[in-house]
Amino acid sequence: MRAFYISLKYLVICLWSMFVIAPFLWALSTSFKDFSSVTSGATYIPWVDFEPTLEGWRVLLRSPAQGGVDIVEPYINSILVTCLASLISIVLGTLAAYALSRYTFKAGFIKNSDITFFFISQRIMPPIVLSIPFFIMLGKLGLLDTLAGLILVYIVLLMPIAVWIMVDFFNKVPIEIDETALIDGCNPFQAFWRVVLPNSVPGLIVAGMFCMIFGWTDFFFAFILTFTEVQLLPVAIVALNSSITPWWSLSASALVSVAPLIVVAFIVERYLSKGNLSGALK
Amino acid sequence: MNFKHKYIFLLPGLLVLLGILIFPIIFTVRLSLSSWDSFFPGLDFIGLDNYIRLFTDDARFWEAFFRLSFLSVTTVFLQYVIGFSLALMVWQDILFKRFFRVLFLIPMMTTPVIMTVIWRTFFHESLGPVNDFFGLFGMTPLWLSNETLAKVTVIIVEVWQWTPFMFLLLLAGLLSLPKEPFLAASVDGAGPVRKFIYVTFPLMAPISVGAIIIRLIEASKIMDTIYVLTSGGPGTATETSSFYIFIKGLREFQMGYSAALSFTYLIIMIISLTIIANILVKLMVRSN
Repeated sequence: MRAFYISLKYLVICLWSMFVIAPFLWALSTSFKDFSSVTSGATYIPWVDFEPTLEGWRVLLRSPAQGGVDIVEPYINSILVTCLASLISIVLGTLAAYALSRYTFKAGFIKNSDITFFFISQRIMPPIVLSIPFFIMLGKLGLLDTLAGLILVYIVLLMPIAVWIMVDFFNKVPIEIDETALIDGCNPFQAFWRVVLPNSVPGLIVAGMFCMIFGWTDFFFAFILTFTEVQLLPVAIVALNSSITPWWSLSASALVSVAPLIVVAFIVERYLSKGNLSGALK
Repeated sequence: MNFKHKYIFLLPGLLVLLGILIFPIIFTVRLSLSSWDSFFPGLDFIGLDNYIRLFTDDARFWEAFFRLSFLSVTTVFLQYVIGFSLALMVWQDILFKRFFRVLFLIPMMTTPVIMTVIWRTFFHESLGPVNDFFGLFGMTPLWLSNETLAKVTVIIVEVWQWTPFMFLLLLAGLLSLPKEPFLAASVDGAGPVRKFIYVTFPLMAPISVGAIIIRLIEASKIMDTIYVLTSGGPGTATETSSFYIFIKGLREFQMGYSAALSFTYLIIMIISLTIIANILVKLMVRSN
C-alpha cells in the first residue's frame, strides 16, 4: 500500500514536471528550425526530425535594417523600467510599511489597518480601469511613450506588493531592537537605518524579487502607454507574433527574454528551504 | 516615540500613490458621465445615460462578466487543488526535493504574454505538437477556434502559468506549520489520509483562504493571455470583462461608455471579492 502511494506520488510529480517543461522544450527545438521544418508539421529532435540551423538566433543579433529582430533595445528598456520602478517602490513601500508597523495612526475612522488596506487593495484594481485615464494623464504631462511615464505607472503596480510583504515582515521584527537603539541615543531614522534595516534583509530581498517578477512580466500598460519610441520586451515579442510569424526567431527571442527571471526561481527556493519565506509571505 | 517621525516615514509612499491614482479615479467617474468618443472627444455631461445603456442594453458586457467568473473560479480551483497536491508532495523528503521545488516555481517567473505566444504555436491546429499527438488517433481538435476548446486552452495556459504561485504560498505555509500536532497524530496512530483531513488541512485553512483570494483577485484581471491567445475569439467565446472594456475603449474609442463599464466592473469586483472572501473564511473555519 505504501509502495503504491509512493509510486503514485512520483508519477504525478513526473507528469507535472513534463507539463512544466514542455513549452520550453518546444520553443528550444523550434528556435533551431527553418521555414520548411516549421511548415511541414510538428518536428521535435534536431538532426533526426529536421536539419537544425542557427538562423533564429542569428536574427537576434542583426540590426532591423538587415532583416533582424531588434530586442536589444527593448531588453535594456525593460531592465531599466523594472529596476527603477522596483527600487522606488521598495524604498517608499518599506518606509511606509515601517511606519504602519511601528506607529499608530488615527484620523477619524481611518486607522492603521485601513491605510494598509488602501495600499494593498490597489492590486484589486483591474489594469484596464486605469489605462484610459493614465493614457490621457500621461498625454497631458508629455510622458506618453517615455520611460519616465512607464516607471510612474509601474510604481502603482509594485508599491502595494512591497508594502504587503514589508508590513508583515516588520511585524515580526521585535520592537525591542528599535527601543534599544533609541535608548542608546539614535533618533528614529538612525534606529531604522542602522538597526532595523540590517535585520530586514530577507524581507527586502523577497519584496524585491516579487516587484521584479510583476514588473518584468507586465504587458498591458507597456502595450497601451508606449508606441514607437520606447518599447518593452513583452510588447516587442508580441509584435513579432502579429506579423507573419517566423516561429524560429520568435522562439529564440522568447527564450532569451524569459531566461533572466528563472534565476529568481532558484533564489526563491533557497529562501523557502531556509524558512525565511514563510514569515515574509503569510 | 516622537510623533512627527511617523509621518515622515509614511507620507512619501502614501502621497506618491495617492498622487498617481487620484486623477485617474476621479477622471474615470467624470468620463463615465460623458459621451466622449472618436467623433466628439470632449467632456460633455449626459447624466447617467451610459449606466442606463450598460444595465438595460448591453448583454455582451454581462456575458463577458459571467464568462470571466466561470474562467477565474475554474482556474483558481484547479490551481488550488494541483498547487496543494504538489506542495504536499515536495513538503517532506523526496528524491531531488529542491530540484522539483525550483522546477515547479519556474512558470510564474516567466512573462505570461511571451509564454502565451509559445503556447499559440504549441496548440497550433496543424503545425503544433498537441495536434501531432492527437493526430495519432485521427483527431484534429480545434484548440483555438472551437468555442468550448478555446476556453479549455485558456484554462490550461492559466493553470500552467499560475499554479506555481499557489504552490509557493501553500508550501511556504506548510513549512511554517508547528510540528507538535503532527507528532500527536502519529502517536495516536493516524495514517496519512486522516492526518491530512484532521491536522494538515485545518491548520492550512487560513493560508488557503489567503492564497485563494489573492489568486482570485489576480485571475479576475485576466486579459494579456486572452489578447494573445484568442483575441477574445472565436466570436466572443473567450472575451472577458477587461477585454471587452479594452475593445470598447481603446479599439472603438467609446471612452465615455468604457469608463462607465470600467467603473461598474470595479465596483462589482470589489463587492463580489468581499463576499467570496467572507464565504471562504466561514467555510474554512467551520471545517476546523
